[in-house]
Amino acid sequence: MKGLKIVVLAKQVPDTRNVGKDAMKSDGTVNRAALPAIFNPEDLNALEQALRLKDNNAGTTVKLLTMGPDRAAEVIREGLYRGADGGFLLSDRAFAGSDTLATSYALACAIKKTEFDVIIAGRQAIDGDTAQVGPQVAEKLGLPQVTYAEEILKVEKNKVTIKRRLERGYEIVVCPTPCVITVNASAPECRPRNARFVMKYKHAKADSEMQNATEDYLSLANARPYLKISEWNVNDIVCDHEELGLTGSPTKVKAIENVVFTAKESKKLGTEDNEIDELIKDLFANHTIG
Amino acid sequence: MNNVFVYCEIEDGIVADVSLELLTKGRTLANELKCQLEAVIIGSDLKGIEKQVAPYGADVVWTADDKRLYPYTTLPHNSILVNLFKQEEPQIAFMGATSIGRDLGPRVSSALHSGLTADCTSLVIGDFEDKRLKKTYSNLLYQIRPAFGGNIVATIVNPECRPQMATVREGVMKKEIIDVNYKTEVKSIDVDKFTSPEDYIIEVIERHIEKSKLNIKGAPIVVAGGYGVGSKENFKLLQDLADVLGGEVGASRAAVDAGYCEHERQIGQTGVTVRPKLYIACGISGQIQHTAGMEESAIIIAINTDENAPINKLADYVINGDFTVVVPKLINFYKKNSK
Repeated sequence: MKGLKIVVLAKQVPDTRNVGKDAMKSDGTVNRAALPAIFNPEDLNALEQALRLKDNNAGTTVKLLTMGPDRAAEVIREGLYRGADGGFLLSDRAFAGSDTLATSYALACAIKKTEFDVIIAGRQAIDGDTAQVGPQVAEKLGLPQVTYAEEILKVEKNKVTIKRRLERGYEIVVCPTPCVITVNASAPECRPRNARFVMKYKHAKADSEMQNATEDYLSLANARPYLKISEWNVNDIVCDHEELGLTGSPTKVKAIENVVFTAKESKKLGTEDNEIDELIKDLFANHTIG
Repeated sequence: MNNVFVYCEIEDGIVADVSLELLTKGRTLANELKCQLEAVIIGSDLKGIEKQVAPYGADVVWTADDKRLYPYTTLPHNSILVNLFKQEEPQIAFMGATSIGRDLGPRVSSALHSGLTADCTSLVIGDFEDKRLKKTYSNLLYQIRPAFGGNIVATIVNPECRPQMATVREGVMKKEIIDVNYKTEVKSIDVDKFTSPEDYIIEVIERHIEKSKLNIKGAPIVVAGGYGVGSKENFKLLQDLADVLGGEVGASRAAVDAGYCEHERQIGQTGVTVRPKLYIACGISGQIQHTAGMEESAIIIAINTDENAPINKLADYVINGDFTVVVPKLINFYKKNSK
């Protein structure tokens, strides 16, 4: 069976899970702009599934597609460090303000520029938490979808067998290719960076990152074409501008309220009898128990 | 036309609680909007199924009954909903934020170019002014939900596109029977008209779903164990405490994966979400995949030997110690103090 062409959809997100003290404003709200940018965790699980398919099916290529500002090229580099073969950065002001539908539309238009057998994405991103982009991309491309994938078990000519992790158990499905698969956090962790690949790709750059490139860098990039990260803007993809950005977004944000966090004072106890007795009395007193 | 629709999911002939919760919410909104509430049930062997949803106030129950429609696969359910919605033009459509709803919802909303907001925690009706387009809208559905890891709460509206779609997690809304004799009209969907042979291309070859004998979601008190509990035998200690307090035993994914506990007790992102008045976490480190399923518990007690366990930051009480020592003491003092 000849190798698969896999596209992994990945997103650069603010690290909403590790809010450090520098991101906490004095009013108790989070300064989202101060959160470090990371590779969305479930997209890493997706990348791992893609890399395993590459390990087991000779001739398979794995390319990442990410939509974001210039610095999202870091996501592509991160993929290259772990074993991917290349990537595309889709970047343009025209995409700003996109909800999931407008995002999926742009991604689908970009994907149409490439050849693929399987598209793999994380189930959801840790900023929006919607889990909508995967299925919406599938709908826009007219492809079958399998979500909540925990493991891609087998690939054969024209079909793929996938284990899904559901709320109270699991399911094994067979889906024809091409298709879209979204991967859960319960899937295996992504392999770490490979030092060899880091050395090879650490100078990889997308077009807009080359603005201030030195002479030396330019000659290096010319000699090593694999260092070029493809970058597409709205003119590189065939799309209807009405479907992009705020205009193309059926959902609008009416209001955003910052959650005010108060320092939680936990009562710390040891295991002495009197401490446990006190705790039980407290819980009875506030009617939590009894 | 212009009604509130709720997609009801079924497992082995039983309509899911989350769907009943959404019907209750839908009924309230339909009353406010002065329109009807309609339920859609897609599956197999659906004779009589309307009896399960009518009491929650469904004026119409649409059924699509075909053995190819169960268990759930995306494409035929999507085709049926898309075609039904094009025909009936609902103003609002809800489904549970489950592995089905979160698979189906985005697909349907993409096909209809409508807006979908996932995991809503609150749904109310209100007005909206679009300052940019200088337009005002009334009687829109406010879809309210947390985002950015719970650091913000966003209110989302779909001013122009229909239906306004939202998914809601189980246990967020309360289900309530309006009238056990509520009169409903059953309308049968022509499956062959709404689906095509190409919709049935995904094959479910194996399925292992545990029937829920447990009601962890409804338990007022949950005693949960993590990887730190160490064994199936040790979980019995947790069961003893749960029995004495009138609660249920839950587990983190790590404990389930290690075989200490059944999967249906799993709490977290790929398990259930609970909001008990008391959550006692034994030997649980508190990774986000777990805490996402219990962080809204009213009181949290963390028992572990790791001062830096992430769960300690969420807890109201942190007991630094071995649960094998602490749990029997909790049981003893509970009995002593309840006399």
